[in-house]
Amino acid sequence: MLHLVNKSPFSNNALEEAARFASKGAPILLIEDGVLAARAGTSFEPKLARIIADHPVYALEPDLKARAVGKTAPGVQLVDYAGFVELVEKNKVHSWV
Amino acid sequence: MSDEMEGGENRKKIMFIMRKAPHGSIYSYEGLETVLITAAYEQDMTMAFVGDGVFALLKGQDTSSIGIKGFIKTYGALEDYDVNKIYVDRQSMEERGLTLDDFAIPVEVKQAEEIAALMEEQHATIPY
Repeated sequence: MLHLVNKSPFSNNALEEAARFASKGAPILLIEDGVLAARAGTSFEPKLARIIADHPVYALEPDLKARAVGKTAPGVQLVDYAGFVELVEKNKVHSWV
Repeated sequence: MSDEMEGGENRKKIMFIMRKAPHGSIYSYEGLETVLITAAYEQDMTMAFVGDGVFALLKGQDTSSIGIKGFIKTYGALEDYDVNKIYVDRQSMEERGLTLDDFAIPVEVKQAEEIAALMEEQHATIPY
């Protein structure tokens, strides 16, 4: 199951809860404000590293660019809209709105 | 009654993930309404209360002074609709200082891993 997160980890615990209720190995895709979790060098980076140890973490590139996220934390995989569609085709989806 | 109404081969496993406190937004109330509507079609229903969702189940909610119709009593109808797989995440409950005695309806406590495994089994999971 693909877990979709669209909230910043600095204002909302959606990503942490998504990671807690995602089966080991289940992918997590960051979109909209969710991509702010992917920024390198933030206080959230150690938590993100622990999430990446158990889950592939993807971030939607157009949302990263729009928010000038720049350098992303190690292990974050960037996807474009086609990659987003591919993930949704391959998995059932749960959104942590 | 058609097969569809009775569930039959169209019976799906549907799990509602409730993670919002009541009254501050419409999510919690709408989630419960949607569960009851979906249950009327005799689907195989599961509800999991995680995060602040656990606050929605507290006994003794009195909304008379905030101009909102309370809906804690509506949870009592779940049983009549055969919605009896109602789970609460242990960590969410404990972090918020709650115990089973605080809840208005009987629920079963589950670990996050158990809830994760249940989510994987569903035809659909609905966030509220």
